Amino acid sequence: MPTIVSIKNLCKTYSSGHQALKSINLDIEEGEIIALLGPNGAGKTTLISAICGIIKTTSGSVTVNGYDTVKQYRKSRGLIGLVPQELTLGAFEKVQSTLAFSRGLFGKKPNPEHIEQLLKDLSLWDKRDSVLMMLSGGMKRRVLIGKALAHEPRVLFLDEPTAGVDVELRKDMWKLVSKLRDSGVTIILTTHYIEEAEEIADRVGVINNGELLLVEDKTDLMNKLGSKQLNIELRAPVTEIPQSLSDYNLELSENGTHLTYTYDVKSNRTGITSLLQALNNAGLQLKDLHTSQSSLEEIFVNLVNNDQAQ
Amino acid sequence: MNWNAIKVIYISEMMRTWNTLAQSIASPVISTVLYFVVFGSAIGSRIESVGGVNGEGGVSYGAFIVPGLMMLSLLTQSISNASFGIYFPKFTGTIYELLSAPISFFEVVLGYVGAAATKSFIIGIIILGTAGSFVDLQIAHPFWMMAFFILTCVTFSLFGFIIGIWADSFEKLQLIPLLVITPLVFLGGSFYTIDMLPNIWQKISLFNPVLYLISGFRWSFFEVSDVGHHLSMAIVLLFLFICMGIIWWMFKTGYKLRQ
Repeated sequence: MPTIVSIKNLCKTYSSGHQALKSINLDIEEGEIIALLGPNGAGKTTLISAICGIIKTTSGSVTVNGYDTVKQYRKSRGLIGLVPQELTLGAFEKVQSTLAFSRGLFGKKPNPEHIEQLLKDLSLWDKRDSVLMMLSGGMKRRVLIGKALAHEPRVLFLDEPTAGVDVELRKDMWKLVSKLRDSGVTIILTTHYIEEAEEIADRVGVINNGELLLVEDKTDLMNKLGSKQLNIELRAPVTEIPQSLSDYNLELSENGTHLTYTYDVKSNRTGITSLLQALNNAGLQLKDLHTSQSSLEEIFVNLVNNDQAQ
Repeated sequence: MNWNAIKVIYISEMMRTWNTLAQSIASPVISTVLYFVVFGSAIGSRIESVGGVNGEGGVSYGAFIVPGLMMLSLLTQSISNASFGIYFPKFTGTIYELLSAPISFFEVVLGYVGAAATKSFIIGIIILGTAGSFVDLQIAHPFWMMAFFILTCVTFSLFGFIIGIWADSFEKLQLIPLLVITPLVFLGGSFYTIDMLPNIWQKISLFNPVLYLISGFRWSFFEVSDVGHHLSMAIVLLFLFICMGIIWWMFKTGYKLRQ
Protein backbone atom coordinates (compact mmCIF):
# COMPACT_ATOMS: atom_id res chain seq x y z
CA MET A 1 0.00 0.00 0.00
CA PRO A 2 1.25 3.55 -0.71
CA THR A 3 2.43 5.77 2.12
CA ILE A 4 -0.13 8.39 3.07
CA VAL A 5 1.61 10.02 6.04
CA SER A 6 5.37 10.40 6.07
CA ILE A 7 7.17 11.83 9.09
CA LYS A 8 10.86 12.67 8.74
CA ASN A 9 13.16 13.63 11.62
CA LEU A 10 10.36 15.42 13.44
CA CYS A 11 11.49 17.28 16.54
CA LYS A 12 9.58 19.47 18.95
CA THR A 13 11.16 21.44 21.77
CA TYR A 14 8.84 23.67 23.81
CA SER A 15 9.92 27.14 24.92
CA SER A 16 10.43 25.70 28.41
CA GLY A 17 13.23 23.58 26.93
CA HIS A 18 11.30 20.33 27.21
CA GLN A 19 12.07 18.13 24.21
CA ALA A 20 8.73 16.48 23.50
CA LEU A 21 9.64 14.79 20.21
CA LYS A 22 13.10 13.51 19.35
CA SER A 23 13.66 12.94 15.64
CA ILE A 24 10.58 10.88 14.89
CA ASN A 25 10.57 8.94 11.61
CA LEU A 26 7.44 7.09 10.61
CA ASP A 27 5.69 6.10 7.40
CA ILE A 28 2.00 5.25 7.62
CA GLU A 29 0.44 3.23 4.85
CA GLU A 30 -2.89 4.09 3.34
CA GLY A 31 -5.78 2.11 4.80
CA GLU A 32 -4.00 0.77 7.88
CA ILE A 33 -4.78 1.21 11.55
CA ILE A 34 -1.73 2.13 13.56
CA ALA A 35 -1.84 2.38 17.35
CA LEU A 36 0.63 4.55 19.20
CA LEU A 37 1.22 3.30 22.72
CA GLY A 38 3.05 5.15 25.42
CA PRO A 39 2.81 6.27 29.02
CA ASN A 40 1.50 9.71 30.00
CA GLY A 41 3.75 12.48 28.70
CA ALA A 42 5.44 10.17 26.20
CA GLY A 43 4.73 12.54 23.28
CA LYS A 44 1.75 10.83 21.62
CA THR A 45 -0.54 13.88 21.63
CA THR A 46 2.35 16.18 20.72
CA LEU A 47 3.06 14.02 17.68
CA ILE A 48 -0.56 14.15 16.55
CA SER A 49 -0.77 17.90 17.24
CA ALA A 50 2.39 18.48 15.19
CA ILE A 51 1.02 16.54 12.22
CA CYS A 52 -2.35 18.32 12.38
CA GLY A 53 -0.80 21.79 12.66
CA ILE A 54 -1.97 22.56 16.18
CA ILE A 55 1.57 23.11 17.39
CA LYS A 56 4.63 24.34 15.54
CA THR A 57 7.44 21.89 14.98
CA THR A 58 11.05 22.69 15.76
CA SER A 59 12.52 20.75 12.83
CA GLY A 60 11.75 17.93 10.46
CA SER A 61 8.87 17.53 8.06
CA VAL A 62 5.52 15.81 7.67
CA THR A 63 3.74 15.08 4.42
CA VAL A 64 0.19 13.84 3.97
CA ASN A 65 -0.44 12.24 0.61
CA GLY A 66 2.74 13.99 -0.53
CA TYR A 67 1.65 17.46 0.64
CA ASP A 68 3.90 19.22 3.13
CA THR A 69 1.91 20.09 6.25
CA VAL A 70 3.54 23.53 6.51
CA LYS A 71 4.06 24.67 2.93
CA GLN A 72 0.94 23.02 1.51
CA TYR A 73 -1.15 23.16 4.66
CA ARG A 74 -4.43 23.70 2.85
CA LYS A 75 -4.15 20.46 0.88
CA SER A 76 -2.64 18.38 3.69
CA ARG A 77 -5.06 19.50 6.42
CA GLY A 78 -8.03 18.95 4.15
CA LEU A 79 -7.16 15.25 4.15
CA ILE A 80 -6.98 14.97 7.93
CA GLY A 81 -9.65 14.53 10.57
CA LEU A 82 -8.81 14.82 14.25
CA VAL A 83 -10.67 13.55 17.30
CA PRO A 84 -9.05 15.18 20.34
CA GLN A 85 -8.52 13.51 23.67
CA GLU A 86 -10.60 15.97 25.67
CA LEU A 87 -14.33 16.38 25.13
CA THR A 88 -13.83 19.80 23.62
CA LEU A 89 -17.17 20.93 22.27
CA GLY A 90 -19.04 24.20 22.31
CA ALA A 91 -21.89 24.42 24.76
CA PHE A 92 -24.86 25.85 22.95
CA GLU A 93 -24.58 24.54 19.39
CA LYS A 94 -26.76 21.71 18.17
CA VAL A 95 -25.40 18.35 17.07
CA GLN A 96 -26.28 18.65 13.40
CA SER A 97 -25.13 22.24 13.06
CA THR A 98 -21.78 21.58 14.73
CA LEU A 99 -21.04 18.84 12.16
CA ALA A 100 -22.06 21.17 9.34
CA PHE A 101 -19.77 23.83 10.84
CA SER A 102 -16.81 21.43 10.82
CA ARG A 103 -17.46 20.47 7.21
CA GLY A 104 -17.52 24.11 6.15
CA LEU A 105 -14.40 24.93 8.15
CA PHE A 106 -12.52 22.38 6.07
CA GLY A 107 -13.66 24.09 2.89
CA LYS A 108 -16.34 21.59 1.86
CA LYS A 109 -19.71 22.70 0.51
CA PRO A 110 -22.75 21.81 2.63
CA ASN A 111 -23.88 18.22 2.19
CA PRO A 112 -26.89 17.49 4.43
CA GLU A 113 -27.14 13.90 3.13
CA HIS A 114 -23.59 13.10 4.23
CA ILE A 115 -24.15 14.68 7.65
CA GLU A 116 -27.39 12.73 8.03
CA GLN A 117 -25.70 9.44 7.15
CA LEU A 118 -22.86 10.20 9.54
CA LEU A 119 -25.25 10.93 12.38
CA LYS A 120 -27.11 7.72 11.68
CA ASP A 121 -23.87 5.72 11.61
CA LEU A 122 -22.92 7.23 14.96
CA SER A 123 -26.40 6.61 16.42
CA LEU A 124 -26.85 10.36 16.86
CA TRP A 125 -29.64 11.03 14.39
CA ASP A 126 -32.25 11.17 17.15
CA LYS A 127 -30.10 13.73 18.94
CA ARG A 128 -29.48 15.94 15.90
CA ASP A 129 -31.33 18.90 17.38
CA SER A 130 -29.98 18.46 20.91
CA VAL A 131 -27.78 21.11 22.44
CA LEU A 132 -24.24 19.79 22.92
CA MET A 133 -23.99 20.50 26.63
CA MET A 134 -27.02 18.29 27.25
CA LEU A 135 -25.33 15.17 25.82
CA SER A 136 -23.70 12.39 27.80
CA GLY A 137 -19.92 11.85 27.68
CA GLY A 138 -20.24 8.94 25.26
CA MET A 139 -22.45 10.94 22.92
CA LYS A 140 -20.06 13.88 23.03
CA ARG A 141 -17.26 11.53 22.04
CA ARG A 142 -19.32 10.36 19.06
CA VAL A 143 -20.09 13.96 18.10
CA LEU A 144 -16.34 14.65 18.06
CA ILE A 145 -15.85 11.68 15.74
CA GLY A 146 -18.68 12.98 13.56
CA LYS A 147 -17.06 16.42 13.41
CA ALA A 148 -13.75 14.85 12.41
CA LEU A 149 -15.45 12.85 9.65
CA ALA A 150 -17.74 15.61 8.42
CA HIS A 151 -15.34 16.70 5.67
CA GLU A 152 -14.67 13.10 4.53
CA PRO A 153 -10.99 12.89 5.49
CA ARG A 154 -8.67 10.17 4.24
CA VAL A 155 -6.65 10.10 7.45
CA LEU A 156 -8.24 10.06 10.88
CA PHE A 157 -6.36 10.75 14.09
CA LEU A 158 -8.01 9.44 17.24
CA ASP A 159 -6.35 10.69 20.39
CA GLU A 160 -7.35 8.33 23.20
CA PRO A 161 -10.76 7.66 21.61
CA THR A 162 -12.06 5.41 24.36
CA ALA A 163 -10.59 7.15 27.40
CA GLY A 164 -13.20 7.17 30.13
CA VAL A 165 -15.93 5.38 28.19
CA ASP A 166 -17.64 2.20 29.32
CA VAL A 167 -16.84 -1.24 27.91
CA GLU A 168 -19.92 -1.41 25.70
CA LEU A 169 -19.26 1.95 24.10
CA ARG A 170 -15.59 1.06 23.68
CA LYS A 171 -16.55 -2.02 21.70
CA ASP A 172 -18.97 0.06 19.61
CA MET A 173 -16.10 2.44 18.93
CA TRP A 174 -13.88 -0.43 17.80
CA LYS A 175 -16.60 -1.57 15.39
CA LEU A 176 -16.84 1.96 14.05
CA VAL A 177 -13.06 2.16 13.57
CA SER A 178 -13.08 -1.15 11.68
CA LYS A 179 -15.92 0.09 9.51
CA LEU A 180 -14.02 3.27 8.73
CA ARG A 181 -10.95 1.29 7.79
CA ASP A 182 -13.09 -0.83 5.49
CA SER A 183 -14.18 2.38 3.77
CA GLY A 184 -10.52 3.20 3.09
CA VAL A 185 -9.79 5.67 5.90
CA THR A 186 -6.32 5.43 7.41
CA ILE A 187 -6.50 5.53 11.20
CA ILE A 188 -3.85 6.59 13.66
CA LEU A 189 -4.89 6.20 17.26
CA THR A 190 -3.17 6.76 20.54
CA THR A 191 -4.25 4.72 23.47
CA HIS A 192 -3.47 3.67 26.99
CA TYR A 193 -5.43 0.49 26.51
CA ILE A 194 -3.18 -2.28 25.25
CA GLU A 195 -6.31 -4.32 24.72
CA GLU A 196 -7.47 -1.70 22.25
CA ALA A 197 -4.28 -1.84 20.20
CA GLU A 198 -4.32 -5.61 20.36
CA GLU A 199 -7.93 -5.71 19.20
CA ILE A 200 -8.02 -3.25 16.29
CA ALA A 201 -4.53 -2.17 15.19
CA ASP A 202 -2.56 -3.54 12.24
CA ARG A 203 0.68 -2.02 13.47
CA VAL A 204 1.80 -0.84 16.86
CA GLY A 205 4.22 1.97 17.65
CA VAL A 206 5.67 2.50 21.10
CA ILE A 207 6.62 6.03 22.16
CA ASN A 208 8.47 6.94 25.31
CA ASN A 209 10.18 10.20 26.28
CA GLY A 210 9.52 11.63 22.82
CA GLU A 211 11.22 8.74 21.02
CA LEU A 212 9.57 6.21 18.80
CA LEU A 213 11.04 3.03 20.23
CA LEU A 214 9.61 0.74 17.59
CA VAL A 215 6.89 0.32 15.01
CA GLU A 216 5.99 -3.24 14.14
CA ASP A 217 3.23 -5.29 12.69
CA LYS A 218 1.19 -6.28 15.73
CA THR A 219 1.44 -10.02 15.17
CA ASP A 220 5.12 -9.85 14.25
CA LEU A 221 5.78 -7.79 17.35
CA MET A 222 4.12 -10.30 19.61
CA ASN A 223 5.94 -13.15 17.92
CA LYS A 224 9.24 -11.33 17.87
CA LEU A 225 9.36 -9.94 21.36
CA GLY A 226 6.94 -12.11 23.20
CA SER A 227 7.99 -15.02 25.33
CA LYS A 228 5.84 -18.07 25.82
CA GLN A 229 5.12 -20.12 28.90
CA LEU A 230 4.60 -23.85 28.97
CA ASN A 231 2.37 -24.62 31.95
CA ILE A 232 2.72 -28.16 33.22
CA GLU A 233 0.12 -29.59 35.54
CA LEU A 234 1.41 -32.54 37.60
CA ARG A 235 -0.67 -35.52 38.56
CA ALA A 236 0.79 -35.46 42.08
CA PRO A 237 2.15 -32.39 43.90
CA VAL A 238 5.87 -32.06 44.62
CA THR A 239 7.53 -30.13 47.41
CA GLU A 240 10.52 -29.01 45.34
CA ILE A 241 11.82 -29.11 41.79
CA PRO A 242 14.01 -32.19 41.30
CA GLN A 243 17.76 -31.50 41.03
CA SER A 244 17.86 -33.07 37.54
CA LEU A 245 15.57 -30.29 36.24
CA SER A 246 17.63 -27.39 37.63
CA ASP A 247 18.92 -26.41 34.15
CA TYR A 248 15.43 -25.59 32.91
CA ASN A 249 14.68 -22.53 35.03
CA LEU A 250 11.30 -23.88 36.11
CA GLU A 251 8.94 -22.21 38.54
CA LEU A 252 6.89 -24.28 40.97
CA SER A 253 3.46 -23.14 42.09
CA GLU A 254 2.71 -22.75 45.80
CA ASN A 255 0.59 -25.90 45.97
CA GLY A 256 3.25 -27.88 44.08
CA THR A 257 0.94 -29.04 41.31
CA HIS A 258 2.10 -26.69 38.49
CA LEU A 259 5.44 -26.07 36.84
CA THR A 260 5.96 -23.09 34.51
CA TYR A 261 8.64 -23.13 31.84
CA THR A 262 9.34 -19.84 30.02
CA TYR A 263 10.93 -20.00 26.60
CA ASP A 264 11.75 -17.64 23.77
CA VAL A 265 9.62 -18.05 20.65
CA LYS A 266 12.41 -16.53 18.53
CA SER A 267 14.74 -19.38 19.43
CA ASN A 268 15.06 -22.36 17.06
CA ARG A 269 15.36 -24.72 20.00
CA THR A 270 12.80 -24.07 22.66
CA GLY A 271 13.98 -26.95 24.87
CA ILE A 272 10.46 -28.32 25.25
CA THR A 273 11.28 -31.80 23.91
CA SER A 274 14.24 -32.29 26.23
CA LEU A 275 12.26 -30.86 29.16
CA LEU A 276 9.47 -33.36 28.65
CA GLN A 277 12.08 -36.14 28.47
CA ALA A 278 13.72 -34.87 31.66
CA LEU A 279 10.37 -34.69 33.45
CA ASN A 280 9.73 -38.31 32.49
CA ASN A 281 13.20 -39.32 33.69
CA ALA A 282 12.58 -37.54 36.98
CA GLY A 283 9.49 -39.69 37.46
CA LEU A 284 6.99 -36.84 37.31
CA GLN A 285 3.64 -37.76 35.79
CA LEU A 286 1.87 -35.07 33.79
CA LYS A 287 -1.83 -34.37 34.03
CA ASP A 288 -2.08 -31.53 31.49
CA LEU A 289 -0.04 -29.13 29.37
CA HIS A 290 -0.84 -25.76 27.87
CA THR A 291 1.04 -22.73 26.51
CA SER A 292 0.38 -19.03 26.96
CA GLN A 293 1.94 -16.01 25.23
CA SER A 294 2.99 -12.60 26.54
CA SER A 295 0.33 -9.98 26.00
CA LEU A 296 1.09 -6.74 24.20
CA GLU A 297 0.91 -5.08 27.59
CA GLU A 298 3.81 -7.12 28.93
CA ILE A 299 5.81 -6.38 25.78
CA PHE A 300 5.02 -2.67 26.12
CA VAL A 301 5.96 -2.56 29.81
CA ASN A 302 9.22 -4.37 29.08
CA LEU A 303 10.10 -1.96 26.28
CA VAL A 304 9.37 1.14 28.30
CA ASN A 305 11.19 -0.22 31.36
CA ASN A 306 14.24 -1.11 29.26
CA ASP A 307 14.20 2.35 27.71
CA GLN A 308 14.03 4.01 31.12
CA ALA A 309 16.80 1.78 32.44
CA GLN A 310 19.06 2.93 29.59
CA MET B 1 -9.68 31.45 -0.42
CA ASN B 2 -11.61 29.07 1.85
CA TRP B 3 -14.96 30.85 1.43
CA ASN B 4 -16.91 28.02 3.05
CA ALA B 5 -14.85 28.38 6.22
CA ILE B 6 -15.34 32.15 6.32
CA LYS B 7 -19.06 31.62 5.80
CA VAL B 8 -19.51 29.07 8.59
CA ILE B 9 -17.48 31.12 11.07
CA TYR B 10 -19.46 34.24 10.18
CA ILE B 11 -22.84 32.49 10.40
CA SER B 12 -21.92 30.70 13.61
CA GLU B 13 -20.91 33.99 15.25
CA MET B 14 -24.05 35.74 14.03
CA MET B 15 -26.16 32.85 15.35
CA ARG B 16 -24.54 33.29 18.75
CA THR B 17 -25.89 36.85 18.76
CA TRP B 18 -29.32 35.61 17.75
CA ASN B 19 -29.29 33.05 20.57
CA THR B 20 -28.35 35.72 23.10
CA LEU B 21 -30.50 38.49 21.68
CA ALA B 22 -31.25 40.17 25.01
CA GLN B 23 -27.58 40.37 25.93
CA SER B 24 -26.25 41.22 22.48
CA ILE B 25 -28.76 43.73 21.15
CA ALA B 26 -31.29 44.77 23.78
CA SER B 27 -28.75 45.50 26.51
CA PRO B 28 -26.67 48.13 24.62
CA VAL B 29 -29.81 49.71 23.20
CA ILE B 30 -31.45 50.03 26.63
CA SER B 31 -28.33 51.50 28.21
CA THR B 32 -28.08 54.06 25.38
CA VAL B 33 -31.72 55.01 25.82
CA LEU B 34 -30.99 55.60 29.51
CA TYR B 35 -28.12 57.91 28.56
CA PHE B 36 -30.53 59.89 26.36
CA VAL B 37 -33.06 60.12 29.14
CA VAL B 38 -30.50 61.20 31.77
CA PHE B 39 -28.07 63.34 29.75
CA GLY B 40 -30.21 64.33 26.80
CA SER B 41 -33.48 65.12 28.51
CA ALA B 42 -32.95 65.58 32.26
CA ILE B 43 -29.57 67.35 32.23
CA GLY B 44 -29.47 68.35 28.56
CA SER B 45 -32.67 70.42 28.87
CA ARG B 46 -30.76 72.82 31.16
CA ILE B 47 -27.87 73.24 28.68
CA GLU B 48 -28.50 75.74 25.96
CA SER B 49 -25.42 75.54 23.82
CA VAL B 50 -22.43 73.27 23.42
CA GLY B 51 -19.41 74.23 21.36
CA GLY B 52 -21.37 76.79 19.42
CA VAL B 53 -23.62 74.18 17.99
CA ASN B 54 -26.78 75.69 19.32
CA GLY B 55 -26.57 78.75 17.09
CA GLU B 56 -28.96 79.68 14.36
CA GLY B 57 -30.98 76.56 13.68
CA GLY B 58 -28.54 74.92 16.04
CA VAL B 59 -28.55 71.49 17.60
CA SER B 60 -29.79 70.63 21.04
CA TYR B 61 -27.51 69.06 23.60
CA GLY B 62 -29.53 65.86 23.22
CA ALA B 63 -28.58 65.70 19.53
CA PHE B 64 -25.00 66.72 20.28
CA ILE B 65 -24.35 63.65 22.39
CA VAL B 66 -25.72 61.18 19.79
CA PRO B 67 -22.39 60.61 17.95
CA GLY B 68 -20.55 60.21 21.25
CA LEU B 69 -23.08 57.73 22.57
CA MET B 70 -22.97 55.81 19.32
CA MET B 71 -19.19 55.66 19.52
CA LEU B 72 -19.39 54.51 23.14
CA SER B 73 -21.57 51.58 22.09
CA LEU B 74 -19.68 50.82 18.90
CA LEU B 75 -16.33 50.68 20.65
CA THR B 76 -17.42 48.58 23.60
CA GLN B 77 -19.60 46.24 21.51
CA SER B 78 -16.99 45.75 18.78
CA ILE B 79 -14.34 44.89 21.34
CA SER B 80 -16.64 42.71 23.41
CA ASN B 81 -18.05 40.74 20.44
CA ALA B 82 -14.74 40.08 18.73
CA SER B 83 -12.77 39.31 21.89
CA PHE B 84 -15.38 36.88 23.18
CA GLY B 85 -15.74 35.29 19.73
CA ILE B 86 -12.12 34.12 19.60
CA TYR B 87 -11.59 33.74 23.35
CA PHE B 88 -14.46 31.27 23.84
CA PRO B 89 -12.98 28.58 21.53
CA LYS B 90 -9.70 29.00 23.39
CA PHE B 91 -11.51 28.64 26.72
CA THR B 92 -13.49 25.53 25.70
CA GLY B 93 -10.61 24.00 23.73
CA THR B 94 -12.49 23.95 20.41
CA ILE B 95 -9.73 26.17 19.00
CA TYR B 96 -8.01 22.90 17.97
CA GLU B 97 -10.48 22.66 15.10
CA LEU B 98 -9.64 26.12 13.83
CA LEU B 99 -5.91 25.47 14.08
CA SER B 100 -6.10 22.13 12.27
CA ALA B 101 -8.39 23.38 9.48
CA PRO B 102 -7.12 24.41 6.04
CA ILE B 103 -7.74 28.07 6.73
CA SER B 104 -5.42 31.10 6.68
CA PHE B 105 -5.18 33.77 9.36
CA PHE B 106 -6.79 36.25 6.99
CA GLU B 107 -9.82 33.99 6.57
CA VAL B 108 -10.12 33.44 10.33
CA VAL B 109 -10.02 37.21 10.89
CA LEU B 110 -12.51 37.82 8.10
CA GLY B 111 -14.98 35.40 9.69
CA TYR B 112 -14.70 36.51 13.32
CA VAL B 113 -14.03 40.22 12.83
CA GLY B 114 -16.57 40.42 10.00
CA ALA B 115 -19.27 39.02 12.29
CA ALA B 116 -18.28 41.22 15.24
CA ALA B 117 -18.22 44.33 13.04
CA THR B 118 -21.62 43.43 11.55
CA LYS B 119 -23.13 43.06 15.01
CA SER B 120 -21.73 46.43 16.08
CA PHE B 121 -23.03 48.00 12.88
CA ILE B 122 -26.52 46.64 13.54
CA ILE B 123 -26.40 47.93 17.12
CA GLY B 124 -25.20 51.32 15.84
CA ILE B 125 -28.09 51.52 13.37
CA ILE B 126 -30.59 50.61 16.11
CA ILE B 127 -29.13 53.27 18.42
CA LEU B 128 -29.25 55.83 15.64
CA GLY B 129 -32.89 54.95 15.02
CA THR B 130 -33.65 55.10 18.74
CA ALA B 131 -31.88 58.47 19.03
CA GLY B 132 -33.95 59.77 16.13
CA SER B 133 -37.09 59.16 18.15
CA PHE B 134 -35.72 61.28 21.04
CA VAL B 135 -34.05 64.17 19.23
CA ASP B 136 -34.10 65.92 15.86
CA LEU B 137 -31.08 64.44 14.03
CA GLN B 138 -29.28 65.77 11.00
CA ILE B 139 -26.42 64.15 9.11
CA ALA B 140 -24.46 66.77 7.20
CA HIS B 141 -22.02 64.38 5.52
CA PRO B 142 -23.57 60.91 5.14
CA PHE B 143 -20.55 59.49 3.28
CA TRP B 144 -18.11 60.54 6.00
CA MET B 145 -20.55 59.42 8.66
CA MET B 146 -20.71 55.93 7.10
CA ALA B 147 -16.96 55.83 6.63
CA PHE B 148 -16.33 56.63 10.31
CA PHE B 149 -19.13 54.28 11.34
CA ILE B 150 -17.88 51.25 9.39
CA LEU B 151 -14.20 51.87 10.04
CA THR B 152 -14.83 52.15 13.77
CA CYS B 153 -16.74 48.85 13.78
CA VAL B 154 -13.97 47.07 11.86
CA THR B 155 -11.02 48.65 13.65
CA PHE B 156 -12.29 48.03 17.16
CA SER B 157 -13.42 44.52 16.26
CA LEU B 158 -9.82 43.90 15.20
CA PHE B 159 -8.68 45.38 18.50
CA GLY B 160 -11.12 43.11 20.34
CA PHE B 161 -9.81 40.14 18.40
CA ILE B 162 -6.30 40.98 19.63
CA ILE B 163 -7.57 41.15 23.21
CA GLY B 164 -9.32 37.79 22.77
CA ILE B 165 -6.11 36.12 21.65
CA TRP B 166 -4.04 37.82 24.33
CA ALA B 167 -6.43 37.09 27.21
CA ASP B 168 -6.04 33.83 29.09
CA SER B 169 -8.81 34.48 31.61
CA PHE B 170 -12.21 36.14 31.67
CA GLU B 171 -10.76 38.79 33.96
CA LYS B 172 -8.18 39.80 31.34
CA LEU B 173 -10.88 39.77 28.70
CA GLN B 174 -12.73 42.52 30.63
CA LEU B 175 -9.64 44.38 31.75
CA ILE B 176 -8.92 46.61 28.75
CA PRO B 177 -12.56 47.37 27.82
CA LEU B 178 -13.37 48.38 31.40
CA LEU B 179 -10.17 50.06 32.53
CA VAL B 180 -8.94 51.59 29.28
CA ILE B 181 -11.64 51.94 26.63
CA THR B 182 -14.56 53.16 28.76
CA PRO B 183 -12.54 55.97 30.44
CA LEU B 184 -11.06 57.00 27.09
CA VAL B 185 -14.52 57.24 25.53
CA PHE B 186 -15.94 59.23 28.45
CA LEU B 187 -12.92 61.54 28.44
CA GLY B 188 -12.85 61.71 24.63
CA GLY B 189 -15.62 64.25 24.31
CA SER B 190 -18.68 62.00 24.22
CA PHE B 191 -20.66 64.50 26.25
CA TYR B 192 -18.74 67.74 25.69
CA THR B 193 -16.32 69.54 23.42
CA ILE B 194 -12.81 69.91 24.72
CA ASP B 195 -13.00 73.72 24.66
CA MET B 196 -15.25 73.34 27.70
CA LEU B 197 -12.20 72.00 29.60
CA PRO B 198 -9.40 73.97 31.30
CA ASN B 199 -6.47 74.64 28.96
CA ILE B 200 -4.18 71.97 30.37
CA TRP B 201 -6.87 69.27 30.06
CA GLN B 202 -7.54 70.33 26.49
CA LYS B 203 -3.91 69.58 25.69
CA ILE B 204 -3.97 66.27 27.57
CA SER B 205 -7.17 65.29 25.75
CA LEU B 206 -5.34 65.55 22.43
CA PHE B 207 -3.38 62.43 23.44
CA ASN B 208 -6.62 60.47 23.67
CA PRO B 209 -7.09 58.65 20.33
CA VAL B 210 -10.82 58.25 20.95
CA LEU B 211 -11.21 62.03 20.90
CA TYR B 212 -10.29 62.04 17.18
CA LEU B 213 -12.79 59.31 16.49
CA ILE B 214 -15.69 61.06 18.24
CA SER B 215 -14.70 64.41 16.84
CA GLY B 216 -14.62 63.18 13.24
CA PHE B 217 -17.88 61.29 13.67
CA ARG B 218 -19.58 64.32 15.23
CA TRP B 219 -18.31 66.51 12.40
CA SER B 220 -20.04 64.21 9.89
CA PHE B 221 -23.33 64.97 11.71
CA PHE B 222 -23.07 68.65 12.67
CA GLU B 223 -19.87 70.00 11.07
CA VAL B 224 -18.57 70.69 14.55
CA SER B 225 -15.32 69.13 15.69
CA ASP B 226 -12.50 69.46 18.18
CA VAL B 227 -9.91 68.47 15.53
CA GLY B 228 -9.98 68.34 11.74
CA HIS B 229 -11.95 65.46 10.26
CA HIS B 230 -9.09 64.49 7.94
CA LEU B 231 -6.82 64.12 10.94
CA SER B 232 -9.56 62.07 12.63
CA MET B 233 -9.78 59.77 9.63
CA ALA B 234 -5.99 59.43 9.49
CA ILE B 235 -5.90 58.40 13.17
CA VAL B 236 -8.64 55.78 12.64
CA LEU B 237 -6.82 54.35 9.62
CA LEU B 238 -3.52 54.35 11.50
CA PHE B 239 -5.10 52.40 14.35
CA LEU B 240 -6.69 50.02 11.81
CA PHE B 241 -3.31 49.24 10.23
CA ILE B 242 -1.65 48.85 13.63
CA CYS B 243 -4.31 46.29 14.65
CA MET B 244 -3.93 44.42 11.36
CA GLY B 245 -0.16 44.35 11.82
CA ILE B 246 -0.46 42.98 15.37
CA ILE B 247 -2.90 40.26 14.27
CA TRP B 248 -0.66 39.31 11.37
CA TRP B 249 2.27 39.01 13.82
CA MET B 250 0.16 36.96 16.25
CA PHE B 251 -0.73 34.41 13.58
CA LYS B 252 2.76 34.34 12.11
CA THR B 253 4.36 33.62 15.47
CA GLY B 254 1.45 31.57 16.82
CA TYR B 255 1.31 33.90 19.84
CA LYS B 256 -0.94 32.26 22.47
CA LEU B 257 -2.43 30.09 19.72
CA ARG B 258 0.21 27.62 18.52
CA GLN B 259 2.91 26.54 20.92
